[in-house]
Amino acid sequence: MTQYFIRRILTIIPTLLAISLVIFAILDLSPSDPVGNLPLTIPPETREKIRAAMGADDPFFIKYTKWLGQFLINEPLNLIEKGTGITFPGSEDRLRIISWQTRSPIVDLIFERLPQTLWVVGTAYLVAIVLAVPLGILSAYKQYSIFDQIGTFLSIVGYSVPTFFTGLLFVVLFSVQLKWFPSVYNTTHVVTDFDSFVVQLRQIFMPVAVLTLAFTAQISRYTRSAMLENLNQDYVRTARSKGLNERTVVMRHALRNSLIPVVTLVALGIPAIFQGAIITEQIFRVNGLGQLLILAVQGGDLPTVQTLTFIFAVLIVIFNLIADFLYAFLDPRISYR
Amino acid sequence: MATTTTKMISLKAESAEIVKPHTLWGDVWRRFRKHRMAVAASLVLLLIVIMVTFGSLVWTLDPEYIDIVAAYSGMTSDHPFGTDNLGRDTLARVIQGGRVSLSIGVIAMLIGIVIGTLVGLLAGFYSSLDNLLMRVTDTFLSLPLLPLLLVITLLFRDSLRVAFGPELGIFILTVVVIGGLGWMPTARLVRGDVLAMKEREFVLAAHSLGATNMTIMRQHILPNVLSPVIVAATFSIAAAIITESALSFLGLGFPPDFPTWGRLLFDGKDYLTLTPSLVFWPGLMISLTVLCVNFIGDGLRDALDPRLRKG
Repeated sequence: MTQYFIRRILTIIPTLLAISLVIFAILDLSPSDPVGNLPLTIPPETREKIRAAMGADDPFFIKYTKWLGQFLINEPLNLIEKGTGITFPGSEDRLRIISWQTRSPIVDLIFERLPQTLWVVGTAYLVAIVLAVPLGILSAYKQYSIFDQIGTFLSIVGYSVPTFFTGLLFVVLFSVQLKWFPSVYNTTHVVTDFDSFVVQLRQIFMPVAVLTLAFTAQISRYTRSAMLENLNQDYVRTARSKGLNERTVVMRHALRNSLIPVVTLVALGIPAIFQGAIITEQIFRVNGLGQLLILAVQGGDLPTVQTLTFIFAVLIVIFNLIADFLYAFLDPRISYR
Repeated sequence: MATTTTKMISLKAESAEIVKPHTLWGDVWRRFRKHRMAVAASLVLLLIVIMVTFGSLVWTLDPEYIDIVAAYSGMTSDHPFGTDNLGRDTLARVIQGGRVSLSIGVIAMLIGIVIGTLVGLLAGFYSSLDNLLMRVTDTFLSLPLLPLLLVITLLFRDSLRVAFGPELGIFILTVVVIGGLGWMPTARLVRGDVLAMKEREFVLAAHSLGATNMTIMRQHILPNVLSPVIVAATFSIAAAIITESALSFLGLGFPPDFPTWGRLLFDGKDYLTLTPSLVFWPGLMISLTVLCVNFIGDGLRDALDPRLRKG
């Protein structure tokens, strides 16, 4: 098994290189102009100079290797320096990936945006897991009961109705009509005492609720089918026939096996947290990573888009790997060669 | 031997009068009918399709007609779905937008399914191609889809707009991008099934009868992997409709005067406090369509699963 894992980890490297090349190539081949948004009064010669200074005119592979070097070597070194306080030689003139829009290092921008995204989307994900797993278990255990039928119907509804519609409905209902919650998330709000905590809770409620609905529907559907598959297995009948009480049969025998695929699904969904539920952030004006991406896309800010998209891809690859490991660790029936 | 044959023939002749022969699709239809939600969903979806296709013959208001006096009219008998900020009729615009949204869903699905089936078939059948094709599939699966979709649409829409005109250009771009980034699950599914199918005796028999690889793939393997493909196709229509709406909702889809359901939502969200109906109807249509398609997919999956097939 160790051998399998080592091989699996090693295959990450070519995969990531291929992905980075694809992302970089798509963006580089595009006819987008980084100086397109600058004022029209700038004369063409100056425009050319600005382009050249940005490095936008370099040949493809020079741009690619420069970017890759900055991404894989310079930025991690900077992070280590920041985290530990140790200074490596040459830290002053180490080149960083600079956003074309804000002229500041992209990694700093990302760290500014990350907390908001993690708060909103992460909370929703946790709440969804806590809600969905018991719902799925109960639904499967009482298959075809009223509870199961309503639950299955609601979960397919929650799975089908897109977040941009539920989000807008929530705004109409809770902000416009009932005036319970603010429709805009105020990032500068600082929690200092109980009152400001309540304000924070109120403003985080709607985006979290919208995302929780979507996540819960997905996870509970999955839990239900995993549980159903196990409840019909022979070993459950054996457990019952040797006289174990129902609680032990369900919670210790069936549930443990059913949670294996659920855990992997949850792990696979984590990159989505970082992608920050782009649409929900847009509706409620949460200035997280998703919004950063949208702004960069609209402004033709190629380095930011490249870096963000690549970070998302890295996360997806890593969490795929983690899900695989979890699966192997949790399920001894799977053999790896 | 001879007696059993005659017995079988006589049995067949007897039972033919009582029981009609079961065909594959007849069986599927029988089981599909048992899934009541799926049947109801098919009816609703049929209604939506009819409304979108022929609705403009009944509701003859021009979706582009500007009637500034009737702006923000709310839901009245003249405008049952209300009007927007320029007084354009929302019902007419929802009908027109539905055509675009539905056709995007179907065409993007076709592109994705064709690529996916082809890749899966080749990877499963030719073991020399398997490794390469599956590496490519894995790489595509690791791409963050929505960010990439946003980027590609934004970056290439101007050149396509010049080449094919503003509406057709965006249509082609959206459909190709959604289909081209959605084929991977189908490819994996098909490959898995083909791998199992390839080892079966009937394939060996076809081989020994001298059938070419092409014939075996087309005549023997493809029909046998069709049912999971059909189910995947149904779900991917729903996914494509949602993706298109999401793109439009982020302002990166069709031009403003060209309504799709997502675009109507995007335009309507700025007037949320004045007329919520502007957001409500297109949103409801998207949700209802996707819900119906998902229910039908569930029903089809149950009906096509051979493990559930009895008698």
